[in-house]
Amino acid sequence: MKPFTYERAASVEAAAKAAASVQGARFIAGGTNLLDLMKLQVETPAHLVDVNHLGLDRIEKTEEGGLRIGALVRNTDLAADQTVRRDYAVLSRALVAGASGQLRNKATTGGNLLQRTRCPYFYDTRMPCNKRKPGSGCGAMQGMSRSLAILGVSDACIAQHPSDMAVAMRLLDAQVDMVGADGAKRSVPIADFHLLPGDTPDRETVLKAGEMITSVTLPKPIGGAHVYRKVRDRASYAFALVSVAAIFGEDGTARFAFGGIGAKPWRVAAADAAAKQGAKAVAEAALAGARTTHHNEFKRPLVERTLASLYRQQEARA
Amino acid sequence: MTSDHVTRRGLFQGGAALAATAPLVSQAMAAPAQPSSKGTPMSPVELTVNGREVHLQLDPRTTLLDALREHLHLTGTKKGCDHGQCGACTVIVEGRRINSCLTLAVMHDGEKVTTIEGLGTPEALHPMQKAFIVHDGYQCGYCTPGQICSAVSVLEEIDAGIPSHVTEDLAQVAFSDAELRERMSGNICRCAAYSNIIAAMRDVAGETQA
Repeated sequence: MKPFTYERAASVEAAAKAAASVQGARFIAGGTNLLDLMKLQVETPAHLVDVNHLGLDRIEKTEEGGLRIGALVRNTDLAADQTVRRDYAVLSRALVAGASGQLRNKATTGGNLLQRTRCPYFYDTRMPCNKRKPGSGCGAMQGMSRSLAILGVSDACIAQHPSDMAVAMRLLDAQVDMVGADGAKRSVPIADFHLLPGDTPDRETVLKAGEMITSVTLPKPIGGAHVYRKVRDRASYAFALVSVAAIFGEDGTARFAFGGIGAKPWRVAAADAAAKQGAKAVAEAALAGARTTHHNEFKRPLVERTLASLYRQQEARA
Repeated sequence: MTSDHVTRRGLFQGGAALAATAPLVSQAMAAPAQPSSKGTPMSPVELTVNGREVHLQLDPRTTLLDALREHLHLTGTKKGCDHGQCGACTVIVEGRRINSCLTLAVMHDGEKVTTIEGLGTPEALHPMQKAFIVHDGYQCGYCTPGQICSAVSVLEEIDAGIPSHVTEDLAQVAFSDAELRERMSGNICRCAAYSNIIAAMRDVAGETQA
């Protein structure tokens, strides 16, 4: 790792201020992704602001009947929370489909939203990567792209967003709550939180310098049957090739969000609208504009088959 | 064998004796509070490791794993991949298993750490250590300390009702082999002792739940 200085922030305000005032500063919470990348020198922060002790680890009901999840709530605790298990089961399911028990004990809600891609060319500093080093090119497009994104990609970048949790958050219409270095608070829908790569794949979210996620807020529960299906190379502890988060209503309506295929957690209104027509129609709508490589074109039929499997499971339960 | 012939086993025994007799606290406290070779200011870190308080002066880059192995000479915890993929470095911090390679020691200032050395001793083994021996839950043994720390925590996680990917009903977490396998997926064993590890865990769970 490159040398860095370290401080333990005493308050949210102090943390945001410290991060904005020191050049090259980063927040550290669980650290499971950041430290991994620091060891490879993909990330080289000059200063780390430890935000683990700011009291942002609570899960509370909101006045609107929803749930406010502190940014520092660990993945294990969020998945095990009784309200989440009962009212937002797709979130529990997505969380326990991700990583390992050890990592979920450390990884946080805010950090999970900020996970970097698992594109092998992003990880390998000997390779070109527009996300890691803007303007250096993309090694993935003509390279090993099996795991990479087919939706929301650009000529500069085809990296996939690796999170399971964020896919469920997208399905549930979560809001991301942030505080800036000047103390200003704002919230954005998770749909707008992650940016598509375009010409600037190094810019991944709307967060400004020093701005920090303080919580993620869920609207009130919508009921329905919650499912998360993750297809991967081994049965556990692997990133998704394709994942589908879904909530099926009793009237035949449904909503869908997708992981493993998008530059960000993927959801389109047209796919939800096609719910009553079945898996094929939903897949077609979801995959509109998809751009595949020779290595990852298998993801198209895999999305449809994963959806078909979920539909069959729903029919069996009905 | 001649007396000047250094054997691997001899080195291991010598190392183990040193680790067992070295006064952990005073040795650690003697570490100088000076900048590291590359000029990074050192950070004071206080940990309670296996019930003993230790005071360290560390380069902030020091992972918890390196603090345990290189500074406290607790080499039971193993470095496998050093990237959170293999689980060999699993220790229990504040009652939860984590990958000690993917966290900085300085982030755990004031916290309690349990390593394989703290679970049991050769004279008084932890039930899980005993069960691994009875069921032959290893071959080369390199991943074993991490496996055992994980296994102890997994049984606690099931008791606490924490769901997993194979939990059918989120409202009710039940003990099963499938639950054990899923929850142990963060610990890789290249000798593939997996089925014996599950047998050992099942054995211990039976004892504790009886």
